Parts: sequence; C-alpha cells; structure tokens
Amino acid sequence: MTLFARNQWYVAAYATEVGEELLGRTILGEPVVLYRSRRDGRAIALADRCVHRRFPLSESRREGDDITCGYHGFTYDRTGACVSVPGQTRVPRTARVAAYPVVERDSLVWIWVGDPAAADEGRVPRAPHLVDPAMTTVRGMEPIDADYGLLVDNLLDLSHETYLHGGYIGTPEVAATPITTEVDEEGGVVRVSRHMLDAECPPFYARSTGIEGRISRLQDIEYFAPCLYLLHSRITPVGQPAPVFRTEITYAITPSAPGRVYDFWAVSRDFALDDEEVTAFLRDFNHTVVMQDVDALNLLQRALDGEPGPYQELSINIDTGALAARRILAALAAAGTDRAGA
Amino acid sequence: MSGDPERPVYRVDWLPGGDVLEARCFCGARRGLPDPVTAWTWLLDHPRHAAPPPEGGPR
Ligand code: FES
Ligand SMILES: [Fe+2]
Ligand SMILES: [Zn+2]
Repeated sequence: MTLFARNQWYVAAYATEVGEELLGRTILGEPVVLYRSRRDGRAIALADRCVHRRFPLSESRREGDDITCGYHGFTYDRTGACVSVPGQTRVPRTARVAAYPVVERDSLVWIWVGDPAAADEGRVPRAPHLVDPAMTTVRGMEPIDADYGLLVDNLLDLSHETYLHGGYIGTPEVAATPITTEVDEEGGVVRVSRHMLDAECPPFYARSTGIEGRISRLQDIEYFAPCLYLLHSRITPVGQPAPVFRTEITYAITPSAPGRVYDFWAVSRDFALDDEEVTAFLRDFNHTVVMQDVDALNLLQRALDGEPGPYQELSINIDTGALAARRILAALAAAGTDRAGA
Repeated sequence: MSGDPERPVYRVDWLPGGDVLEARCFCGARRGLPDPVTAWTWLLDHPRHAAPPPEGGPR
C-alpha cells in the first residue's frame, strides 16, 4: 500500500460542493464535515465525529455556523469547540472536535489534516485555468476502491490511453511515442512529456474541435505530488501553425482511506466556450473515460488483494514517470511522519 | 518542459527510434541505460553515478 503523506494539502471538495448542506468526506482516514459559514462565506472543516458517542456531525443539523449533533444534541461552533450539551450547564473542557486548516483556491477546497503548525497556505499548488474566464470547464468526482498509488501510476503513464481508452482518447501513437521525464525532487514535481507530431485525432478532440484530419498532439504532464495533476494538452491540425486548441486536464488525487481514493477530474478548454453541445459532449465523454479508469482500478485492486504473497512487477520505458512519482510519494510520506511525530 | 531553474532536476529522455533511455543529471553526467529502474538508480546515485547493478539490464 502507498503510505499517506500527511503534511500536505489535499483537495477535499469543489468549492461549489461546500455550502449550506453538511458534506461528509473522509480524507487520509479522517472523517471530515465541510460546510460554508453564513457569516463570512468561508469554508469550514471539522472532524466528523461527535465527542460524545461518535455520531457523524455530517448527519446532523446546522444552527447558523454551529452544528448540533443529531443524536443527543452536543453543539459545536465553527472552531470545533463544544458550546452546549443537553441537560446541564457545565460543558466539559475537553469537549471539542478538531478544526482543520482550509484554503479555497482556484475553485477547489484544500484541506490540511496533518500537523496544523506545519500548514503553509503558500504551498497550495495552483490550477488557475479552473477559474480562467477565457476557458470553459466541466468536472466531476468519482471515488475509487483502490490504493491512491494506483491512480498516480495510471495518470503518470498515459500509454494506457491506447488500450484502455481506445476509440475515446487513445490512438496508436500515444503508446508508440517516446516520453521525456523530469524530476524536481525538492519541489516534489514530476514532468512527463509526450509530443506526437503526426497522430490520429481521437473522437474526444475530433468531436469537440471539428478537426477531421491528423493532428499534432502535445501532452505535457505536471504532477505536483501528492495531490495535483495537470495535463496540458495542445492540438493543432498537421501542417498548420494554428489554430492551437488548448485543453487543460486537471486531476486531484485525494487518498480517502487505505484502499480508497477520490478522483476529482476536470477538463478546461479555450475553444467553443459558449457551445453547450461541446460542453455536454466533453462532460459525458470524459465521464465515460474516467469510468473506464475507475473500473480498471477497482478490478486491479481486487486482483492485487487476491495475491497470495508479495508480488513482482516489471517496469519498462513507459513507466519512467510513474516510478519517479512513487519515489517522491515515499519520501513525502516519510517526511510527514517525522514532522507529525507519529 | 519548464522547470524551476534554481532547483536541481533529473531528466530521462527516451531516445526516439530505439529503446534506450538517456539519463541526465543536473551535474552534467549523462548515460544511456536500458530501463527506468536502472536509470533512476543511476541518477539518484549523484554525485557518484556508479555503474548500475548488472541485474538492471533489459529483461
Ligand atoms: S453522539 Fe453526539 S451528542 Fe451523543
Ligand atoms: Fe485513463
Ligand atoms: Zn549528478
């Protein structure tokens, strides 16, 4: 199992998911309840277990910015402090739930479940295209019953597009084109580039851009370990300097629990901005593609769980980026453990 | 690709037309290697960059 890197920022939700309703998520094994303050509009994240008998606060009731437990009525304010208990005036001093640092940026709600003293807002990785008025974005989130490392592997090696997503986003050129890989160990960034200068145009791009012939297709991945993955995609009809169709594909990889991960995905485009048909097509089509990965990873995890003992893998050139990502995740997990003193 | 020029970057280029990976360290050392496990082992051995283990060859 891929160890969790605790002292890191993770996407807990899209900003639009955090509102009046109480939203329950599990982040790195911590149950969290998310909601938005009526007073100042800020996102709030508290531990999702009442200190009394552990009832989920996300299944409880809001009173302004307070939450009253749905079981016996312990009431917590937005800092997690218990402000009243039923039937008595004295509130036990230790009655409080954790409040997690939260940062809202680029339409994403980032949470820090590690050592609060180490939470540095300046280290939240950026995805400005998600809120760029010159782009239109479709998005979704799918939970997967798999080790989050399997999703990192999947996204760092796009050669699988040819086989798992053939007829959608994959064409023969993806698996056949050599990649270059760069690793910035200190920054925790892996970059993988695959530049296909004369490739078939897959339906994903043919139907969204209207291109009929062959294309130059540039894939440049930037993985800001552990959570944020950006795929910068540039499509141009072969032999033409323009137009360049720019698509930014974003993933946030948030470990939920051992063997479970949230797969946040978004597709932003700089063309056909107001074309509802293109928007609907990309939303549905990309959802289908994401579900192909979800199904494959659910299946792969079950197969791995059925292995009788330690198993061997065999890595080839296409795995260069994924191997680098695994090393960085292992280093971040080790560093997080040290700092948290766990 | 664009990296932060202030930070050391390791690079592996899959040379077109073959199966060789060229590992390039930020110190200037470079070497052709047969697979990514060997390539990362060799790179992360900076600054020694000793020969990769023999079992790291193509399988
Ligand atoms: S479990 Fe919450 S008040 Fe009893
Ligand atoms: Fe995929
Ligand atoms: Zn070196």
